[in-house]
This record gives sequence, C-alpha cells and structure tokens, in this order.
Amino acid sequence: MDLTWMEWTPITAYFFIFIGCTLAVMTVWQVLSPTVERKGFLPMATTRGDRLFVGLLGGCYILLAFIGLSEVSLWYALAVALAFLGGVMRFG
Amino acid sequence: MEKWDDNKAWFLVLPVFLVVAFSAIIPLMTVVNYSVQDIMAPGQGIFVGPEWYREVLHDPRLHEAFLRQLIYSFTVLAIEIPLGIAVALTLPSKGWKVSACLVLLALPLLIPWNVVGTIWVVFSRPDIGLAGVTINELLGIPYNYTADPMDSWLTVVIMDIWHWTPLVVLLCYAGLQAIPEAYYQAAKIDGASRWAVFRFIQLPKMRGVLMIAVLLRFMDSFMIYTEPFVLTGGGPGNSTTFLSQFLTKMAIGQFDLGPAAAFSLIYFLVILLLSYIFYTVITNLGKGVAK
Amino acid sequence: MKVNGRQIVLLLYLGFLLLPIYWLVNMSFQTTEEILGTFSLVPEKFTLANYRMIFTDSSWYMGYINSIKYVLLNTVISLSVALPAAYAFSRFRFLGDKHMFFWLLTNRMSPPAVFLLPFFNFYQTVGLFDTHIAVALAHCLFNVPLAVWILEGFMSGIPREIDETAFIDGYSFPRFFFTIFIPLVKAGIGVTAFFCFMFSWVELLLARTLTTVNAKPIAATMTRTISAAGMDWGGLAAAGVLTMIPGAIVIWFVRNYMAKGFALGRV
Repeated sequence: MDLTWMEWTPITAYFFIFIGCTLAVMTVWQVLSPTVERKGFLPMATTRGDRLFVGLLGGCYILLAFIGLSEVSLWYALAVALAFLGGVMRFG
Repeated sequence: MEKWDDNKAWFLVLPVFLVVAFSAIIPLMTVVNYSVQDIMAPGQGIFVGPEWYREVLHDPRLHEAFLRQLIYSFTVLAIEIPLGIAVALTLPSKGWKVSACLVLLALPLLIPWNVVGTIWVVFSRPDIGLAGVTINELLGIPYNYTADPMDSWLTVVIMDIWHWTPLVVLLCYAGLQAIPEAYYQAAKIDGASRWAVFRFIQLPKMRGVLMIAVLLRFMDSFMIYTEPFVLTGGGPGNSTTFLSQFLTKMAIGQFDLGPAAAFSLIYFLVILLLSYIFYTVITNLGKGVAK
Repeated sequence: MKVNGRQIVLLLYLGFLLLPIYWLVNMSFQTTEEILGTFSLVPEKFTLANYRMIFTDSSWYMGYINSIKYVLLNTVISLSVALPAAYAFSRFRFLGDKHMFFWLLTNRMSPPAVFLLPFFNFYQTVGLFDTHIAVALAHCLFNVPLAVWILEGFMSGIPREIDETAFIDGYSFPRFFFTIFIPLVKAGIGVTAFFCFMFSWVELLLARTLTTVNAKPIAATMTRTISAAGMDWGGLAAAGVLTMIPGAIVIWFVRNYMAKGFALGRV
C-alpha cells in the first residue's frame, strides 16, 4: 500500500514508536501489578494511566507555551515537560 | 452495579477499535507528520521542526479567531443555560400538554444544521425575511447581517440560542422530573417561597444535568461550523470566523498543509483537555449518586 | 382556562421557536416572484411548483439519494460494531476499559475540521474519493463513539441478573445476545440508530469536502444554490423543508429520549 500521502519522516516515526512502547509498557506493568486509584495533588482520584495521560497532555501544553511565548531552545521546554510528567506520575 | 472482570471482552470491543482507529488514529498520525514538514510536493517534505507551530501561535488572525470563539461560546452559554432553566420550570408536569411541548421543543434539534442556517438566512434577510423586514421597516432600526459585522455576529448568536436552548430545556426537564413529589410537599408544609423551592430543591437536584448541559454546549459550540458557514460564510470581514471556519479556510481554501496541520493539532489538544474534564465530571457524577 | 405568567413565558418561547420554521414553510409554497415582490405572511398564490422542481431536477433529487445512501451505510456500520462493544463496556471490567471509553469520547468531541486534510489526501490516494462509502466511513469517526456511549447508557439500565439467568439456563453468548438481550434494548437501539442517522445527515464539512459530483449530498447542493447568482429562494426553502422531514417523522417516538441521546446516554 502506498503511504506517500502520510508523509512519514524518521522523527515522527520514532515519536509514535515511543508512544506505542509506552502504552505496551503500561499494559505489562498493569498486568504485573494492577494500579490502585489514589488521590494526589490532582483534584480527582487517578489511576496510573490517568496520570500518564494528564502528564503527557500537560507536557504538550508546556511545549506549546514555550513555542508561543518565548524564543528559548525547545530542549529546555522538553526538560520542563518531562519534569512535569515525572511529577504527575509520582505525586498526582 | 459490580462488573465482571474479563479481558476477553476486548474481542467485543475490537471492531469498534479498528473502525475508529482507521478514521481517527491514522489521520491523527498524518496530521502530526504534516505539521513538522514543509511539503512542496507529495513525498518531498522537508523537516522544519516546530516552525509551523511557531508561525501559527504567533499569527494574530488565529488569536482573533480564538478570542472570537471564546467570546461566542461564553455568550451562548450565558444566555442558553438560564433561559433553558427558566423554560424548563414553566413546562407543565403531566398530561398531554407535556408531550405536545416536548415535541415542539425537540423540533429545532432535529433540523439539519445547514437547514438551520438556511432558515435563518430566509428569516433575517432584510429584503425577504420576516425578522429582517420587521426590524428594518416596522422598528426602523437599520439591520443587515450580510453587511454589518455586529448584526451578523448577533444573528449567529441568536441562531445558536434558537437551535440549542431546547437541549438545555430537555436536560433540565429530565432533572426536574427526577425530584420526588415528597420534596415539594415538605417545602409546602414549611411554607417555603417559590424562590426557596428553586434555590434549595430544584437547583441542587439539577446540578448533574446542568453540568452535562454546560459542558456539552461549550464543546459543541467550540466546534461550530455548519450554521455560520451557511448563514454568513464567516463574514462580513472575519466577524463570524470561528476556529473551524478558520481551519477549513486554511486547509482546503489555501491548502497550507503545514500550518493547517499544526493548527489542527493545537485545536485538538484544546478539545482533548475539554473532553477529559467532561469525562471526569461525568464519571464522578455517577459515583456521587451511588454513594 | 386560567392563564398565568408561566404559561405566557412558555407560549412566547414556543412562538420564538416556531416562527422561523413557519417562515421557511411559508416561503416554500410561494413563487420566487412573490417572495421577492410582495411581503406576505401567508402564500397568496399557493404553489407546489418548488417541490415539483426538486423531484424532477436530477441535480436536486440526486442530492437526497446520495445523502440517504451514505447515511444508511453509516448507520448500519456504526450500529453493528457498536452493539457488542457497548455490551462489553456495560458488563465487563477489562484492561484499559476506562481509557478506551474516554478515547471514544474524544473522537465524538473533536471537530471534523481537524481530520479534514488527512481524510482528503487518504481518500484521494486509495481512489475512494467522491464515493458514498468514503463519507460513510469518515462519519464513523464521531458516530461509532456516539453509538457506543448511548447504547452503553441504555444497556447499563438492564439488570445483570438477566444475563446470569440466561447463561445458567445454558444459552450460548450469541444466542443470548440476539434472542434475549437485543429485544430488551430495542428502544435503545432505535434511539441510537436515530441519532446516528441524524448526526450523519446534518454533517456538512466532511461530506462536502470528500465529494464532488457522484456522491454530492443534499446539504452541499443547497449551499451551492446560496452562492449562485439569482437565487431560487422558493426551491431552497422547499429543499430545506424536505430535509426536515426525517426528523419530523420520528419526533413523536424519540421525544422522551432526546435528552438521553444528546447527553450520550448519561441522563
């Protein structure tokens, strides 16, 4: 099948492979040790998957905020986004 | 209700997953691909990183469209919700009149969205429309929604109120019907005023449906496309160009793949956040009832 | 009859709802000269010419046929994949069920405009552009999630003891599902089918973008008439009245389920 219309580039391909692997790892983790809903600093009780989602979504917003509001290198933005993801996963 | 634990249920969900993945995940991946490249010809994209995002986020037209969208969404919410509650309170509670009212109320909801646009075109045109002619000639107020930005904006808002307030009414009415008669009798014995009944019995009991109504209306008004497209085509000028109109012009009108894709993703992220709030609120409402 | 303040408010509101619809119907029975020439509250020269024009001009009536084709196709696809899935969501807890349910919701909520570009390019590439199946599949994006959510709402209202009893009585799953369960959720299926029909019927952006001639829906035909010079207002009004008919026919049957359907089965 012709995939030219999707315009793949290596970078986006790695990105989606990364997302896919994350989901796979989360699934295995869930099977090995099922998550328990808990209440952290987020306003609602969350499971591990919920926190991952909130972390990733928040990370996207952080990246966009950096792009929209400043001119600094996006590597700093990425660092902040990852820190946010880690924080939400651990304490959310 | 306690559910059974069984991962074999995935086989029942699989068809849905495949169909929706086909029409959601693959396109979404494609949008991501488009958004980081400058595509001159098919298959010849040049990687440009976050360039399109920067361009779109700094585009003043986008800021305007976004602001216009927000003002619009909050305006229709601010009018539709109180109006919907008010009308729901006036509905009779039993008898054939209920059915008659429900049927009449449901009518605008069942009209195809483009026809809603058409109805308001023929209703408010200053030359042939009932409202247009009445306002211009009987009231003597110059009104022309195709030429005046303010008139056109107001017409779109009124059209949305006409179209969607019945939904708020129906939701509120469903909430009101769920209140047991005993509550009202108790209030009567206590000599509660009409306002007290509303404030302390009806409003709290409608909280759940109202949350749903607010979120649903907010999200749907956020993706409004068809009705303004038919009524005003986004004009005059850009006065009724909301986010979907803006995106469509960019994507199909000018075929700017990169910026349109970057904008699509930003738009999608906003919707994702709103959906998550909607989902969380709805699931927690269910829990609140169960307790 | 006693008339009080509440009834006056209600009557005023219903008047506001009905007036624009009345105006469209009124206009559909007038000749274009009468519409443009005299301002009349009721048709002076009552005519059915506009309707006759639509039923005899193929560029008009093909629009209806195209719309009905892809809408029915979409409704069938949506319902057949959504029924088992909704059962799974209402009865079982499984790995990632909540996230799956949420992901479906995001597709119902996301604006079709976001998916416009890839759909356009994709259907061009695979040669399905301007076919009914392309529009039907594209509409699955929001109609399948909608169907799953509404059906789940209806199915959760049916006690699980019924399933348990049937399985103890030795029913196999397919036999139980088709002979006992489906008849129980008949109303829900009807309402869901109606909402799938409705949302596919009213969607304009994707339908308009993915078609040019052969599968051009009535909604697109109507917008073309608007932009053309020398507008045929009577024809447009008549076309509008005709597109309202499917809703008007079923309105009586769905009146008690409107809120539930629009609220995705959550009320």
